[in-house]
Amino acid sequence: MDQSSDFVELKIPARPEYVGVVRLTVSGIANRLGYSYDDIEDIKIAVAEACTNVVNHAYSETAVNPQMLITCGIYEDRMEIAVADKGGYVDVETFKEGKGPIKPDESIEKLKEGGLGLFLIETLMDEVEISAEAGVIIVMTKFLQRGEVEQSVDSISKEIRKQ
Amino acid sequence: MNLQINTMVERNRRIVQLEGEVDVYTASILKEALTPLTKQNNVEIIIDLSHVHYIDSIGLGIFIGTLKAANKAQSTLRINGANERISRLFSITGLDEVIEIEADKREEV
Repeated sequence: MDQSSDFVELKIPARPEYVGVVRLTVSGIANRLGYSYDDIEDIKIAVAEACTNVVNHAYSETAVNPQMLITCGIYEDRMEIAVADKGGYVDVETFKEGKGPIKPDESIEKLKEGGLGLFLIETLMDEVEISAEAGVIIVMTKFLQRGEVEQSVDSISKEIRKQ
Repeated sequence: MNLQINTMVERNRRIVQLEGEVDVYTASILKEALTPLTKQNNVEIIIDLSHVHYIDSIGLGIFIGTLKAANKAQSTLRINGANERISRLFSITGLDEVIEIEADKREEV
């Protein structure tokens, strides 16, 4: 069990101009926790990818006041960042479809321009959990000292569901 | 604006110097800058990233779109000047296998 954990929540409009704000906020927290430069950059990209998904796909264009909720769980050994929207239920398997790196064997005309976001999240973070309720919730974990500290089964996704 | 775009024309070369961040917010102005270039035939499009410090899948997607459109117009696309972080992203995603990339080389006119 984690004896001490801090939570930082950011509820912010799900619009392109705010994704950079989320990036700066999360990078500030990661910096305070002592992550390496490379790890901070990984976290920034992963969180931005999750936010970009929300901005581009979660809400219809006519949605009033679309928002995303970013929750950072700060633990001794790790940081858990959840990005959640309320854009409605999405089938998780459908959501994951098309994910993957670029296939260099494809002819140029057939190369896909999407699908890299989720692939990057899973590549850059240590653990990723995707679920769907009132919208999509992506919970991403980055460990501070990988492999040295026993990993806790607690997850902030539980905290989010309570809200 | 978090992204400055400077496009230079030199014979058949179209050099696009970017400065700042390429993300979901700046994506639209980058697309606006690149689209007209991909409509020209037989040009060499060079995107210079030496002053770009952040890029994510949105930017990579735009580069793939640009490559496809350039290819249709018998043009080529090359990316120069990516820093170590961005080069790593190109290699993780496999972008470096489909687009000609020269790391840390600034494009001089």
